[in-house]
Amino acid sequence: MMDPVVFFFLLGLVARIARSDLRLPEALYEALAVYLLLAIGLKGGVQLAQQPLAAVLPHALAAIALGAAIPLLLFPLLRAKLSRADAASIAAHYGSVSVVTFAVATSFLARQSIDSESHMPLLVALMEAPGIVVGILLARSGDRERIAWGNLAHEVLFGKSVLLLLGGLVIGALAGPEGIQPIAPLFTDLFKGALAIFLLEMGLVAGGRIGDLKRAGPFLLAFGIGAPLALATLGALVGHLVGLSTGGTALLATLAASASYIAAPTAMRIAVPEANPALSIGVALGITFPFNIFVGIPLYLQIARWIGGS
Amino acid sequence: MDIHPRRMLVIIGESALEKMLVRDARAFGAHGYTITEVRGGGERGDREGRWEADRSIEMKVICEADVAARLAEHVLASYAPNYAVTLYTAEVGIFRPQKF
Repeated sequence: MMDPVVFFFLLGLVARIARSDLRLPEALYEALAVYLLLAIGLKGGVQLAQQPLAAVLPHALAAIALGAAIPLLLFPLLRAKLSRADAASIAAHYGSVSVVTFAVATSFLARQSIDSESHMPLLVALMEAPGIVVGILLARSGDRERIAWGNLAHEVLFGKSVLLLLGGLVIGALAGPEGIQPIAPLFTDLFKGALAIFLLEMGLVAGGRIGDLKRAGPFLLAFGIGAPLALATLGALVGHLVGLSTGGTALLATLAASASYIAAPTAMRIAVPEANPALSIGVALGITFPFNIFVGIPLYLQIARWIGGS
Repeated sequence: MDIHPRRMLVIIGESALEKMLVRDARAFGAHGYTITEVRGGGERGDREGRWEADRSIEMKVICEADVAARLAEHVLASYAPNYAVTLYTAEVGIFRPQKF
């Protein structure tokens, strides 16, 4: 049985395609995004405090390296069909990560009672930026135009995704399991319900990108499914090599397979304005996101099991 | 009460431009600005304002005619080639000339 939260995504998609008047207030979308990021950070932070740094460090470094390597692998492939700017922008979206895909994956693992490392949310925060930076370098290599790194660093590091994930981790680590008790009813117990409403909105948004997909053509359609499969396998191999548990390996595979649609579009719009956002967002949100939550996540757990030999 | 003529420049564009537009308006000599979130559509599709990458803003700047002209020229040259941008101007009457 599929995790019921993903059906909310389908409901949103159907509503959009049927031209329903359903429209969630933008303030609710914004509030839920803040809530989900904080909740994921807090949950990881509480347990992170009890971990020795030496256990976390190799995983953290592997995650950063994986995030930076993904755009380098995808760029030559995309460049065969697309302009330099578009290829670099799409590569950056896949190098960065989707927090909601991660949330769906943790919810999927929890339903199966599969444990994962408590510092996985830290890896999410660490994987947001490297792919974006590499993508910008790919777009700008060969031209003399100056890149405003100061503005970009501010945009990415103090953007809400990284700020709230890291902020939640720190607050959780400082508060500890007992300190977090008074706010746990909001941040832990209500998490899945909030995720369901957020996915409803994501369905409405993704349904609106279907027009972009028609313009994107068969190459990007195939890329939107092929890339996450290949990247998940790479992520699972890396996870296995650095000694993550089966659950942790499945989550790292999911992170590698996911494409950002919050941090990356904003950063790329400013840094590489000549890239067409309809292509990158269309493929990331219109194809890869639904593919990952319906087909990918269960498959990535299988891949993690095969690679781990269990 | 005297009414003084000024030029109002309205810039409708992607939210990603907001910080740059505010900086430009100040740099070209505008004393103030007003920004609201909007949604709409054009030849290249609809912008519904549902999420981060889909938001649009409308910026109103009331200023001297030459400031409006220079700011509009800069916006058209710098952003119009790659971003969704709409500009128009209108004559407006204001009551406190020192403010604009």
